[in-house]
Amino acid sequence: MTTPQLATPPTYAEAFDAVQRDQAGPTPIADLRRRAFARFSTLGMPTTRLEQWRFTNVSPITAAAFTPAQPATLSAADVAPLAATGAGDAAPTVVFVNGRYQAALSSVAGLPDGVVVGSLASALTKPKSSEADTDTVTQHLGTGADIESDAAAFTALNTALFTDGALIRVPANVVVNAPIHLLFVTTPPLREAEAEPRVMTHPRVLIVAGKNSQVSVVETYSGSGDTPYLTNAVTEVVVGANAVVDHYKLVRESPAAYHIGHMHLRVDRDANFSSHAITLGGNIVRNDVQALLDGEGVTCTLNGLYIADGKQLVDNHTTILHAKPHCQSYELYKGILDGEAHAVFNGKIIVAIDAQKTDAKQTNKALLLSEDAQINTKPELEIFADDVKCTHGATVGQLDADAMFYLRTRGLGLEQARSVLIHAFASDLLNRIGIESIREELDDLLLAQLPGSGGGTFNEHG
Amino acid sequence: MLEVTNLHATIGDREILKGINLSVKAGEVHAIMGPNGSGKSTLALVLAGREEYTVTDGSVVYNGHDLLEMEPEERAREGIFLAFQYPVEIPGVNNAYLLKAALNALRKHRGESELDAIDFMAFVKERMKVLEIDQSLMNRPVNEGFSGGEKKRNEIFQMAVLEPTLAIMDETDSGLDIDALKVVSKGVNAMRSPERATVVVTHYQRLLNYIVPDFVHVLSDGRIVKSGGKELALELEDKGYGWIDGVAGQVGV
Repeated sequence: MTTPQLATPPTYAEAFDAVQRDQAGPTPIADLRRRAFARFSTLGMPTTRLEQWRFTNVSPITAAAFTPAQPATLSAADVAPLAATGAGDAAPTVVFVNGRYQAALSSVAGLPDGVVVGSLASALTKPKSSEADTDTVTQHLGTGADIESDAAAFTALNTALFTDGALIRVPANVVVNAPIHLLFVTTPPLREAEAEPRVMTHPRVLIVAGKNSQVSVVETYSGSGDTPYLTNAVTEVVVGANAVVDHYKLVRESPAAYHIGHMHLRVDRDANFSSHAITLGGNIVRNDVQALLDGEGVTCTLNGLYIADGKQLVDNHTTILHAKPHCQSYELYKGILDGEAHAVFNGKIIVAIDAQKTDAKQTNKALLLSEDAQINTKPELEIFADDVKCTHGATVGQLDADAMFYLRTRGLGLEQARSVLIHAFASDLLNRIGIESIREELDDLLLAQLPGSGGGTFNEHG
Repeated sequence: MLEVTNLHATIGDREILKGINLSVKAGEVHAIMGPNGSGKSTLALVLAGREEYTVTDGSVVYNGHDLLEMEPEERAREGIFLAFQYPVEIPGVNNAYLLKAALNALRKHRGESELDAIDFMAFVKERMKVLEIDQSLMNRPVNEGFSGGEKKRNEIFQMAVLEPTLAIMDETDSGLDIDALKVVSKGVNAMRSPERATVVVTHYQRLLNYIVPDFVHVLSDGRIVKSGGKELALELEDKGYGWIDGVAGQVGV
């Protein structure tokens, strides 16, 4: 199948001109943006002719015109139902509405000395910012996020057009106990006007964790209404030697939303990084993780859970590059697909020639609840070293008929039995989530999406 | 309570039950014995509502209901309980959760209030003791990693909690050591009452020393070929099935 190359709508160029005029940032960043926009203009939107986008047809995004979302403010009460549990309470929380930092909704009090959690835009604005923050950004921004590959159009577009996002910097040897919440909310117009462009945001997150530091970050992407909008997010994470970084991404976009997210990691020796990408909402959702294990002794865990219904398309692409010896990577992705939902999982593992003693394990499991749901799952192993352990496995199945019958003979109705088994399928992933409030929140969100569950908890401890 | 008349059932294009007649009254314990492949487990599964089997003829009336028209969960809520020959492992579902959900589904059906976690534990505690169910078993996933004996005890424990009107036990004794057999039998005997009935499907007479039946039926090639009192089981133990007319080509238990 081929998709015709559509001309890039002029709205991106207008947006780029506006950013260059008002928010280009320091010279290195402004230069980076120019390169990125040139790259985007060359590439155009990805088509299904590109291997990395083969099963993910973004023509609804390509065909539409998008303009930067207008500033908007929300009350704390509006934001609460969109946030992850624990956000805003005592936990440090940074809120962005339509791509802009919301000081009134954000609170980063109580962080250890030297820890920076705040707006990327203000870090780039000279008078407001400390030089150290600006330096952190100019030093790291764009070093992980690849704009050169053929598949990098969205990352290039984000790099050219981002106006805000979050900067998190944890100095060496500092432990941040409370998870840091980043909440990105989009409020598109309630009704779509003819010939009006749709709204877009390009959130950018930069996380720099110093040597021996420890931090957890929860990124939540949320939106209101039922008109389409585009979230094109890029997160770069630099994990210092022996640091421990746990990252959570919750995609709770509105049912009409397009969410394209790329995360780029660079992990130094002996560090432990984990990612949990949870997709609950959005019309087209793409989660890309590209991890560079750039020192010996790294442990990198990439987990994902996606739940899709209707005509949703959820695509998880991971690439782990084992560049150095003695690193471990573990991947577990699980999907629950109903209706005509379509999922894509592509897990690429590259083991460089001197990355001996690599231990890589990749598992993707999908539960298809309807005959029209489908998944394309593909492992890609490129192994250049000879003393490595790499395993991968994929299973696609339906609910177990024996288990269904067993539950029903115990008096559970058809819908309840289905819910119990679907929840059970997801539970080993949920149980890997280290932050209790997030785990419980996800449990509740999952229950709310399951038919006939009747609420309550599935984990009874008498 | 249960009236099975001329029951025929197939799986795929194979007929397994070829005209079963069975009448069970409240207060009675019936044992169904027979050689391998005679249809004992099929009968148990058809009564519980397994959809893979197609009933091609006959009727089953349970307490005035047309049982064959009822979904498996409706049968359960009306008091039918099947103790599985091979209890199903369900990773990710907590044993206590399932039991509480099951109990509350039945209570709701009877118009009773649902039990919360505390009342539930109080309710099951005594029964846990009788069946030697450890708290740790409650917090594990249903049947996952359970030993054979634990699985069977767990089935009878579920039965003790759900208090069925008609309990159907499908080879619950198979593979049990004598201690586990005694525990299971104690659980079953504690349930015996004038209002309840039990159908025990078994391969071995030994169980019937502990759960003494009122009637024994021999099933062969999809039909009940002989019925009698508890002494029939002893006779089968002595002589095998070969002497009974209609047991084709089967010798020994």
